[in-house]
Amino acid sequence: MVVETAVERHTIAVLVDNEAGVLARVIGLFSGRGYNIESLTVAETDAADAISRITIVTSGTPMVIEQIKAQLSRLVPIHRVIDLTTEGASVERELALVKVAGKGNKRVEALRIADIFRARAIDSTNESFVFEISGSTEKLNAFIDLMVPLGLVDVSRTGVVAIARGKSAL
Amino acid sequence: MADQKMTGSEIIIKALINEGVDTVFGYPGGAVLPIYDAIFQQNQLKHILVRQEGGAVHMAEGYARSTGKVGVVLVTSGPGATNAVTGLTDALMDSIPVVCLTGQVPTHLIGNDAFQEADTTGITRPCTKHNYLVKDIRDLSRVMHEAFYVARSGRPGPVVIDLPKDILMAEEMYVDHGKVEHKTYRPRLKAETNEIKKAVAMIAAAKKPIFYCGGGVVNSGGNASKLLGRLIKLTGAPVTLTLMGLGAYPGSDKQSLGMLGMHGTYEANLAMHDADLIVAIGSRFDDRVTGRLADFSPNSKKIHIDIDPSSINKTVAVDLPIVGDVGTILDQMLRVWKAKGHKANQKALKAWWTQIEEWRTRDCLKYNQSGPIIKPQHAIQRLYEMTKDHDCYITTEVGQHQMWAAQYYKFEEPHRWMTSGGLGTMGYGLPAAIGVQIAHPESLVIDISGEASFMMNMQEMSTAVQYRAPVKVFVTNNQYMGMIRQWQELLHGGRYSESYTDALPDLVKLAEACQWVGLRAENADELDDVIQEMITIDRPVLADIRVDQTENCFPMIPSGAAHNEMLLGPADEAKRPVSEEGMVLV
Repeated sequence: MVVETAVERHTIAVLVDNEAGVLARVIGLFSGRGYNIESLTVAETDAADAISRITIVTSGTPMVIEQIKAQLSRLVPIHRVIDLTTEGASVERELALVKVAGKGNKRVEALRIADIFRARAIDSTNESFVFEISGSTEKLNAFIDLMVPLGLVDVSRTGVVAIARGKSAL
Repeated sequence: MADQKMTGSEIIIKALINEGVDTVFGYPGGAVLPIYDAIFQQNQLKHILVRQEGGAVHMAEGYARSTGKVGVVLVTSGPGATNAVTGLTDALMDSIPVVCLTGQVPTHLIGNDAFQEADTTGITRPCTKHNYLVKDIRDLSRVMHEAFYVARSGRPGPVVIDLPKDILMAEEMYVDHGKVEHKTYRPRLKAETNEIKKAVAMIAAAKKPIFYCGGGVVNSGGNASKLLGRLIKLTGAPVTLTLMGLGAYPGSDKQSLGMLGMHGTYEANLAMHDADLIVAIGSRFDDRVTGRLADFSPNSKKIHIDIDPSSINKTVAVDLPIVGDVGTILDQMLRVWKAKGHKANQKALKAWWTQIEEWRTRDCLKYNQSGPIIKPQHAIQRLYEMTKDHDCYITTEVGQHQMWAAQYYKFEEPHRWMTSGGLGTMGYGLPAAIGVQIAHPESLVIDISGEASFMMNMQEMSTAVQYRAPVKVFVTNNQYMGMIRQWQELLHGGRYSESYTDALPDLVKLAEACQWVGLRAENADELDDVIQEMITIDRPVLADIRVDQTENCFPMIPSGAAHNEMLLGPADEAKRPVSEEGMVLV
């Protein structure tokens, strides 16, 4: 068999029991086996059944991606592993809080660009703004790059969350 | 009784008994004293007191591997748990079902660096199949039963239950979850019919097929080996076994090519290299098996049957993966083979076997036993000849003797061979042998050993005496860490850095001091007598077999080489230096 060796970026959704140590199992798997984590988000999504959803963005050759999914699947508290990149269409969003400090023209310019990117100012002082922006990772990167010369001082990002398009559940 | 509250310790004992456990291997300590008190007050559960917790896990592994049951370990918090880590990792790598109960400091002290506190679930997370920290007494009975379910289901493995001391003393009702399954963990057992049909058609059409079978066949239970035997007879194909798979198919049968891989036979490795179809069953394309991946069996289609999806396409991409239980799938394959009236390609097979027989004539396992110095291969060959008609179980340590045992001792059925394959744990053999002997008190249990490995867990000699476990330790003593010395010859210009053991104890006197029987053979003509005496004595025996100090283990695929680049003996070694790429591999 011919083995593909090009590195691909995949977004994987994982449903897990929300129990102690489950995140450590997932992270330990990635570090122990040398897989990449580009971003990872986790929160409880079903309080009644104590289910959490983890969204992992990772990269690797197709063989490595297949391994990652198989290794995740065999962790005991993991219910489902879905590769959103390969299994149908999906939408991805990331949220960032971006703090920009400055005075005068730079301050006006920052507001103007924020408006173009549909970022909202959620905190303001005489010398700073905190913008909230959501969208694709690329959009966030572009916004943050533009803020650098305008006095970027701090960024906090959620990492990617993703969901499949259409009516069916994971 | 059922509606009466019990202490956590009593719940644990009750759950173990309901799981059919008869033996626990353990060592007491402060955090598990309540469990030891509960053990004291009952007589259904037998406790084997080891001399170090590492020994307890290997004993449980030997017990599990020779019976097919789950092995059970009980150790205390802190050092008790950390000493168990090597055994747990060993059990994970070789897929041995073990449940290990570890004591823990009381819940209110967790995280306070309390006396004998260790983050046991943190430490054991990567070296167990799953682990639990019980922080609420109401979870205890469920966790106990769930742990057994997880340990033995799917690809088996070790499970740790960390038990804070206050939980052991709290009171709660016991709920028998005897038949409980995990709420989501359900390994797939049966394959799709079309997968089976494809596999069977590929086997029937193959001109140069080979079955490559591993420990998964053994783990699937005795019936899987029987079914495998039937399929191999029907197809007329050759079969090679991994180190962990020895015994899954009778070693003396003519369709068996013996072990494959780094120290596998010439015929097995060349047949793998030249095959047009590899049927991998319960094996995992380990680096010791494949050699250089780029040149691994370049012209074959590959079918891979395994219960663990993560074993498939891990290192070698296969054409037809089938996930499920080996025994169930073999049964499905046999049915389809018969229903479809498949016939093997006799003409092609005849040519294939002619080729294999030609490779066989190289007689790659031959050695030259002449003169008084005992060749280690000869020692193991004689041990095999003299014990093969006994009800015999073999364990090994790790190193040259282990490979010679795998090459020269032929196993006719599964569960008779216990060795540390994946992790390569020196010191495994003696405690594993004791575990086997506890499970099979009437059988002959022999640890084929080397002096260096033996010394890593020799404190367990005392355990064997205490429980009247008449194990035999057959030490092929060359005073070297033989495999290390062999690699230093091959890779490091014969500079024997720290591989010679000076000041070894006198093993015969050591045996006597430990209330064992010590025997020694220094000359080839003493060997048979010593083996005979060892077998006959109904007590633990340490046999010090002084073997040729310079002998190396062949055939060998040097690291970084392919199956068709084997070294058959020292002469080949000189001709072909190992590549730089190979040097960095282990």
